[in-house]
Amino acid sequence: MAAKNSATSPKISLHQIFWQFFVVGAISFGGGIVAYLKELLVKRYRWVDNDEFIVMLSISQTMPGLNSVNIAILMGDRLRGAIGAWAATLGLLLPGAVIVLSIGLLYGLNKDHPMANHVLGGVAAAAAALLATVTWNLGERTFKKRKSLALLGLTFVLMSVVKWPLYIVLAIVLPLALYIYRPTQDHKPEQSS
Amino acid sequence: MMLWLQLASVFSMLSLLAVGGGSAVLPEMQSMLHQHFNFSATEFVHAYSVGQLAPGPNMLSVLIMGDMIDGLTGALIVALAFFIPSSILCLYAGRLWTRIGDTPWRHSLQQALEPISIGLMCSGVYTIAKESLVNWQSCAVALLVGLLLVKTKINPVILILGAGFIGLLGAYWAA
Repeated sequence: MAAKNSATSPKISLHQIFWQFFVVGAISFGGGIVAYLKELLVKRYRWVDNDEFIVMLSISQTMPGLNSVNIAILMGDRLRGAIGAWAATLGLLLPGAVIVLSIGLLYGLNKDHPMANHVLGGVAAAAAALLATVTWNLGERTFKKRKSLALLGLTFVLMSVVKWPLYIVLAIVLPLALYIYRPTQDHKPEQSS
Repeated sequence: MMLWLQLASVFSMLSLLAVGGGSAVLPEMQSMLHQHFNFSATEFVHAYSVGQLAPGPNMLSVLIMGDMIDGLTGALIVALAFFIPSSILCLYAGRLWTRIGDTPWRHSLQQALEPISIGLMCSGVYTIAKESLVNWQSCAVALLVGLLLVKTKINPVILILGAGFIGLLGAYWAA
């Protein structure tokens, strides 16, 4: 049950899929990996067109998991079925995994050094600032609308102030959000009863 | 053996709960690691932060956590448990997506998930900030880095390394 290959693009080998995702996984320092994927896979290699990429991105955002990994799964599946999906994912994760483990090793060897806590304090402050700016940029639209801001606030309060487990928070806010954004009749005029 | 099963179950659950990306599960991850593996909040934030220096998806930091709990085996188990469950789900969702077509409920789901994911990400920011912004020096560093991120196009990795260097200088200054 492999996904269909589009007739327009030539068959892309597993090796190529693995390698191109490996390149993105190796050069995307400092986040913004989805932008790298779009640049290489849509603009440079033209494996999919822009509309297809946007559909893949919205599936990736809807499903749990990291957006970049989900895009690798969908793109690999689209090009070469399930094996392609795993080749893409492995390629994307492998370089960062090796580097992150080396960093972890360095951290483990030096964490008891008297200076380590000072360096790590600086690193952690910068990482917090980075995560905050990424969140701010992603949330710009959400912060500006009253309904979505209220849902956002409720999610935050239940998670960080009330400190309920995540699955309970989701069991409360997801049905509520679905009710608020339920389909209305005027969205789909062709939906006749 | 028990430890491996525990690692695998904790991280596969986090994988399936990661609505809107990895940083959405940071608070849950921190409390689970504390509960099951006696991981301190500081260790958690340090592991997360140094992980930001590597290329690739930002949540590769989970490998450092796995490594700290049970060495390379721990890292491997965490990698498989954190990345495979959500990926399998996405693979089949992708195949169903086009078959279901453009139903109004799919649109509702996307709209509903956006504020929830951003809300969870804000909780992720809070989890990291609570442990890293502990004195006026760290707040000043974070503010400076934030300003540079917004106003310039400097790669975040350089800013993170620079902030580590400032931390080191500060230590010598105080000594």
